[in-house]
Amino acid sequence: MAKFADTFLNWEVMAQYAPKIVEGFFVTIQLAIAVVVTGIVVGLVLAVARTFRVRLVNFFIVLMVDLFRALPPLVLIMILYFALPTVGIKFSGFVATWLALSAILAAFSEEIFWAGILAVPRGQWEAARSTGLGFMQAMSHVVLPQAVRLTIPPLTNRTIAITKGTALGATVAVGEILYQAQTGYSFSYNPSPLTLGAIAYLILFIPVVWFGRWVETRFAWKR
Amino acid sequence: METLISAFFNGAILRETAPYLWSGFLMTVLLTIVVVPLGLAGGLAIALLSTLKSKVLRITLILYTDLFRAFPPLVLLMFIAFGLPFTGIDLPAFASVALAFLLNTSSYYGEIFRAGIESVPRGQLEAARSTGLGAAQTMAYVVVPQATRNVIPDLISNTLEVVKLTSIASVVALPELLYAARQAQSITYNATPIIAAGIIYLVCLWPLVRLLSRFEHRQIAVH
Repeated sequence: MAKFADTFLNWEVMAQYAPKIVEGFFVTIQLAIAVVVTGIVVGLVLAVARTFRVRLVNFFIVLMVDLFRALPPLVLIMILYFALPTVGIKFSGFVATWLALSAILAAFSEEIFWAGILAVPRGQWEAARSTGLGFMQAMSHVVLPQAVRLTIPPLTNRTIAITKGTALGATVAVGEILYQAQTGYSFSYNPSPLTLGAIAYLILFIPVVWFGRWVETRFAWKR
Repeated sequence: METLISAFFNGAILRETAPYLWSGFLMTVLLTIVVVPLGLAGGLAIALLSTLKSKVLRITLILYTDLFRAFPPLVLLMFIAFGLPFTGIDLPAFASVALAFLLNTSSYYGEIFRAGIESVPRGQLEAARSTGLGAAQTMAYVVVPQATRNVIPDLISNTLEVVKLTSIASVVALPELLYAARQAQSITYNATPIIAAGIIYLVCLWPLVRLLSRFEHRQIAVH
């Protein structure tokens, strides 16, 4: 047991790398916030754009959504980080991870918002328009508020899942938690930094998972 | 345009690296065949165990699912691949990946099956028991089949995520599709292999994405 503690919970090693992990903790949070904001905003804009029913535009939206839902996030990050530079387009690891995850979240949230908009009964549209509201007014004051409520549980779960993808940034040298933990591990040849990293993830994501659970029961779809 | 083609869609490079990519593809398929049933079985076991009336067991299972849903899968994989050898358990890369996937995906599949079992009306259970079926028989012949049918879209959606997730095995040098593509890229100094890998994922997973998109629309619209 003492040997186990010495290996996985080595105080000396942990004290040495804790500041790095804390630094990584904040990078993870920054990256996560950037991804969530960009992904959801872009997804919402695309879903609203789709309601204009311009055939060519919708074709490209659906194409983009399918593309980013089918590609594994890590593959997308690798393409942005390792393939694009060969034609002269260079991103930092942070930007590559942010772009890849945001595109994926945008794709998923567009689908969810679009399904939500379709689920609002046509009568709501017609009633709103007949009271004199314009198209965008009907959209933003009548349809979207109802649609968004329907979409909250699936959207929350998807967002949480994609936010955890920030750990993939470690593979392209983004200094987030996992990267710091892994670097600490290779320098010290002791897994304590990995333990510390795991703890940091639990501190960050256990509340998020619980929040997701709460949202699921609070906004549950009535079947 | 010329440079784009020679950088991303280079025929000569593709012919040269095709055997690598093929063996990587086969490894991805093998990995999928192993981890998906493992995760499904683990998830079903968790869901079934949590129907038992033991409070301790139920709390343990909730802790288990929340814990492994809070860890990003890559963090779990690295911990198992790099941390576990220090305890004297040195698993081969494939086994590490399988173990990480079992822990991670069984908690997701478990949540899905649990929701499915909860969606079966109590009357079904009572009717089955009153015809003389035992508790296990009722579960196996009445509850689980209906529960599974109710959550098929979620099961497919999660399976798609699991298949995409197999790409993280590249981080622990398991020679699956992404790893093979990265190797081929670093040998040839050309991005064609990684673009090809992306296209392979796309071709294989796109039908699943289309199917899901239909299910999701129905799910929200039905509410």
